Amino acid sequence: MLDLVLRGGRVVTDSSVAVVDVGIAGGEIVALGGHLGEAATEIDCSGALVGPGFVDVHTHVREPGQEWKEDVASASRAAVAGGYTAIVAMPNTDPAIDSSPIARFVVERGSEVGLLDVVAAGAITAGRHGTRLAHLDDLWDAGVRLFTDDGDAVADAAMMRRALEYIGDRGGVLAQHAVDPSLGAGAMHEGWVSSRLGLTGIPAVAETTIVARDLLLVAETGCRYHVQHVAAAGTVELIASAKDRGLPVTAEVTPHHLTFDHTAVLGTTDPVYKMMPPLREPDDVAALRDALRAGVLDMVATDHAPHADHEKDVPFEEAPNGVTGLEWAAAAVNTATALDERSFFEAMSAAPARLVGLTDHGRYPAVGVPANLVVFDPTVTWVPSETMSRSQNSPYLGRPLTGAVRATVVDGRVVWDTGGGADAP
Amino acid sequence: MRTLLGTEDLDRSALDGLLDDAETFLEVLERPIPKVPALRGRTVATMFFEPSTRTRLSFERAAKALSADTLSFSPGTSSLSKGESLKDTVQTIAAMGADLMVVRHRAVGAPARVAEWTGLPVVNGGDGAHQHPTQALLDALTIRRARGTVEGLRIGIVGDIAHSRVARSDVFAFATLGAEVTLIAPRTLLPVDLTGWPCDVSTDLDAVLGDLDVVYLLRVQTERGGASVFPSLREYLRRFGLTRERFARLRPDTVVLHPGPMNRGVEIEAAVADDPRALVLDQVTNGVAARMAVLFQLLGGADA
Amino acid sequence: MTSRRVLDDADIRRAIRRIAHEVIERNRGADDVVILGIPTRGVPLATRLAAALSDIEGTPTPVGSIDIGLHRDDLDRRPRVALGPTYVPEPLDHKTVVLVDDVLYTGRTVRAALDALADLGRPDRVQLAVLVDRGHRELPIRPDFVGKNLPTAPGERVTVRLRDVDDDEGVWIEDDR
Repeated sequence: MLDLVLRGGRVVTDSSVAVVDVGIAGGEIVALGGHLGEAATEIDCSGALVGPGFVDVHTHVREPGQEWKEDVASASRAAVAGGYTAIVAMPNTDPAIDSSPIARFVVERGSEVGLLDVVAAGAITAGRHGTRLAHLDDLWDAGVRLFTDDGDAVADAAMMRRALEYIGDRGGVLAQHAVDPSLGAGAMHEGWVSSRLGLTGIPAVAETTIVARDLLLVAETGCRYHVQHVAAAGTVELIASAKDRGLPVTAEVTPHHLTFDHTAVLGTTDPVYKMMPPLREPDDVAALRDALRAGVLDMVATDHAPHADHEKDVPFEEAPNGVTGLEWAAAAVNTATALDERSFFEAMSAAPARLVGLTDHGRYPAVGVPANLVVFDPTVTWVPSETMSRSQNSPYLGRPLTGAVRATVVDGRVVWDTGGGADAP
Repeated sequence: MRTLLGTEDLDRSALDGLLDDAETFLEVLERPIPKVPALRGRTVATMFFEPSTRTRLSFERAAKALSADTLSFSPGTSSLSKGESLKDTVQTIAAMGADLMVVRHRAVGAPARVAEWTGLPVVNGGDGAHQHPTQALLDALTIRRARGTVEGLRIGIVGDIAHSRVARSDVFAFATLGAEVTLIAPRTLLPVDLTGWPCDVSTDLDAVLGDLDVVYLLRVQTERGGASVFPSLREYLRRFGLTRERFARLRPDTVVLHPGPMNRGVEIEAAVADDPRALVLDQVTNGVAARMAVLFQLLGGADA
Repeated sequence: MTSRRVLDDADIRRAIRRIAHEVIERNRGADDVVILGIPTRGVPLATRLAAALSDIEGTPTPVGSIDIGLHRDDLDRRPRVALGPTYVPEPLDHKTVVLVDDVLYTGRTVRAALDALADLGRPDRVQLAVLVDRGHRELPIRPDFVGKNLPTAPGERVTVRLRDVDDDEGVWIEDDR
């Protein structure tokens, strides 16, 4: 008998989208077809999509060191509720993930919690201070494949070039938090809203100047380069032209940059709209949506950044940057872009899994493939009112979204199940 | 009216109503007993997280002239320096029985936050570079009393517009009252994007000076957060300062305003500062009356 | 709604004239009398009373207004009314102030006027002239000069209209029942 059957969903394989049942046993897919037999557990997928579970290459789990905001356990719960089967933990923890013991600690915490795969990213520079390289080989041996000083850019050109050479040699990915520190000392996007509010703004060139410079260095070194949280239309153009020239460049965009623009700050100046890079103009949002549809931006990444209530419950410019997003990423992307099924799973699952070499994840359902899957209903409308995360700093709470995760399967186990079906209330 | 956070949302009739009440309070302030019992038993808390003696004293004078009690908070000697959050601080003072808070803070939007956290009527006493609505009211009152009306006047606001909450409050208030406003500043001191501002812009003071009915001078600092925004104070005086020569070119009935304190020799030459057409002291007197009008409207009615 | 007029413009004119004579009689002349009207309709009535006094005595009687908006004890309950003008024509010390209002009802308006007056000076005496006294006092206040006593029920409304501020002249009792 099968362990698990996902019954009656529209299954997105690498060649088709059709209503079939998915039969799972021993942690992998063993059957795809109409009317599979009984199983120990069944999930009603009618009216929903079944595809590769989502992979987030940009999660701040906050453990070790900032567990009052989040820890691996609460981040894992939020992630599976959002349909994720794997997340990459960012290294700006305390201490930073700049050596193998910390990397291993995070991965082991993920295993202990046992909900989904937690993978560690490594810092580029020691302590993320930007002055000397971190123990990159040591991190590589611990399984780290993506390196970033996220939270800070590698602003020094010489350091960036050296890092690209080193990481490029090993075949890893260097991911850049593209915000020039000398232009990035503001509270929100530099534009008419910041001018009205009297807030120091962060111009789009804070992002594009870093990316432009980095692309020249990438051309020289050949290292795989990934632009994190793209927020400006100008960056999209740079990436498109780099790809045309055949450079090994990928890029991610967050659900919130696809959804909100800088006018969200007007009115109440709510710090729930404060993040880095900031929300930019409606034209930028439109460019990001188009770029995701066209594949110029390869994937969605949440930049899930929990902060405690007392940290965000302050005047706007004093609040730390960041919003949570794991639970609502798929819904937000669906609401903002209405991607077709294949593009949706490419962006949410396949491309991010490829970026960090997670061969068990992001794979379209087929016999023999590990069962890391999500059941996602793209038509249901709902209003998020609570969260699994330790922190409440989400701009989606109280906002209607279209699309919801019905169930998440990791390694053949059901780790999230809302019990919903097409007829469920 | 529950809060006064800025002038952008005040329509013509709200502004006129506040100015009319302020005129009444000017008369009260001239009486032998310059006090009325309108807010007796109410407590006005002045929460000044950014140092300012003049504005705080002006609000306290206004509160007392309405017979309200005052609670005065300033951060120097308080637990805020021990790391107490803004939220905890204002909720503590609210729990002591404050009926209204006047809040000045260096962070944009702080007074709005305070209103959310306490549920009290809040007057913005200045939040970062965003708004300072009572300043705009007393400025409008001063202009109205000097020239009979604000409507149709050509008002030039000169100086560091980019970092000025006074400029932002004044532009909207004056425009709503029917004035034609021009911002005059070097490009480095103008906001990046003036979309939606109901005013013109000029980088040449001499070109527009002769047409102005009101010259409004802002304070200028050449250092803002460590970054140099203008070569030197002397350069500023030469291009944008109200020198004796420029003053002589003004029309005879043109008046000069300044939010104070004046940098004599920077935005205004010392001799000009003391001319009777410079209405700075009137602004101070009008400030108490304007603030009385605001406190009265927020606390003294059925919707309070 | 029912409405009946109880005083017309001729009645008002005669009432003011009579009150003027009573003021003169009571104060043995109008030498030290200052008339202060309570806005809104107390002001035109005060002006007319002062004119009548001047006419009878041959010397001008000073007249002004005293707004009570800042002294009302019911600020929380009644809707906000715009503040009116306060104008004191000359120093009040040693004078006889005659306060003038259109309708005397609970007495709270007059109490507020006495309070406001206390901050404006120290007259020797204060007297009260009203066009209509409709009863139902809530405070120990009594008028010195009354145009007409009008017993009313609390649900009724006494409406005074004067050409100076309205487009008619007279006193009506109105009822919404």
